[in-house]
Amino acid sequence: MLKRASSGWPQVHKAIVIGCSAGGVQALSTLLGGLAQNLPAPVIVVCHMGSEDTHMFCDILNHRSRLPVTEALERHPPVMGTVYIAPASYHLLIERDGCFALSVDDRVCFCRPAIDVLFCSASAYYRQHLIGVVLTGANDDGSQGLKAIRQRGGLGIVQTPDSAEAKAMPESAIRIAGADHIVSLPEIAPHLNQLFGC
Amino acid sequence: MSHTSPRPEPEDIELDAFVRALHLRHGYDFSGYAPASLKRRVQHVADSGGYENIGMLTSRMLRDDTLVPDIVAGLSVPVSDMFRNPSVFALLRSEVLPVLASYPRINIWQAGCAHGEEVYSLAILLEEAGLYHRAQIYATDFSDAALARAQEGIFMAKDARTYSENYIAAGGQRSLSDYYHARYERIKIDESLKRNISFANHNLAADGVFCEAHLILCRNVLIYFSNTLQNQVLGLFRDSLVRGGFLCLGNRESLDFAPAASAFTAVNAQARIFRLAAGA
Repeated sequence: MLKRASSGWPQVHKAIVIGCSAGGVQALSTLLGGLAQNLPAPVIVVCHMGSEDTHMFCDILNHRSRLPVTEALERHPPVMGTVYIAPASYHLLIERDGCFALSVDDRVCFCRPAIDVLFCSASAYYRQHLIGVVLTGANDDGSQGLKAIRQRGGLGIVQTPDSAEAKAMPESAIRIAGADHIVSLPEIAPHLNQLFGC
Repeated sequence: MSHTSPRPEPEDIELDAFVRALHLRHGYDFSGYAPASLKRRVQHVADSGGYENIGMLTSRMLRDDTLVPDIVAGLSVPVSDMFRNPSVFALLRSEVLPVLASYPRINIWQAGCAHGEEVYSLAILLEEAGLYHRAQIYATDFSDAALARAQEGIFMAKDARTYSENYIAAGGQRSLSDYYHARYERIKIDESLKRNISFANHNLAADGVFCEAHLILCRNVLIYFSNTLQNQVLGLFRDSLVRGGFLCLGNRESLDFAPAASAFTAVNAQARIFRLAAGA
């Protein structure tokens, strides 16, 4: 009898992707400040900033996060225990080989970087090994991405709209994608730590 | 945690089949493109054509040649803004043009010109530096549709304000409106600005050395290429530049996996402006 050939696709570990917009800096400060230092996953973030200065944004978060925060570099692989920020004015994607890729294609949901672009591409690579987190924001970017993550068996976490500075983004995500966990902002980091057993 | 290797998803298999079909049947080779963005673009082409999935698009494309120009246009370099990243154009003005001024004839190659926003930005820089009369800009793209648009030099009036702000931030000496005519919802670049621009079809993934250039501008094009194709194209740029010639890439491009990058030294690493090292 013929044996089914191995597909040759790489085994992958878990990753966390986070999307936020209005009120995002504050929310990220709280979330990243609570993540365990030994978190065995990369954390990849799209935050609509309206500023070209991603480095300053990383500096601000570095002061509040226990994990190192850095801008995602194209062609480099994400490393566990590091927080990556999408550079301003570029879409950030996870390539088929698991490395970061950038694009200047059209805006999605009026945004570049768009949360949907990161979430969809990451879910194609990580599949059920991906956790998507939608935080505060004033538009509906992230909803389609979270839907893709959940359809592939990944986990969807949404900030409770009541604890969000802007409710539109979490509300839209819950309506369009649904969620496995709807958690208030201060509880998200402990929740993620627990999912990774740390 | 342990898990077995998953099966490739239907869309990924369909994308690979699409790339192979487009190459075998129509001669356009996208096999060196990085798949994540390519998948989004092909999916977009399929969606806008009303196809259920990429597989259906491939099936139609194999049998209907008339679909190919639109498909190719849909896969080409996205549009830019005039003077996008003004600080880069300011550096071209202050660091690069004074060196180019020492050449009796200045050849500039813009590879992947899309709708021409940056070509005309470059022409304005040269004009204001008093160099345009002895400069030749070769603007290339693999999409004939994009080239036709670029040659027209017509842009949306609603973008003019951003372009003007960029132009001023890039050290513009006049008013950007001196270089275009506004009519209805459009702006049209002044014909005199086109006098030393040649538009030509060139495919970075397949074609060879295009000209002997003093400056090559190729911003945010290589980000769509695999490491292998990126390296190959950097080699092509190296072979197309005069010794000491300049290369300007997009602000966030990484050369960390391209051995061919060793031929270049950084003039301004942050702005991704490089120079072909002597002896390279």
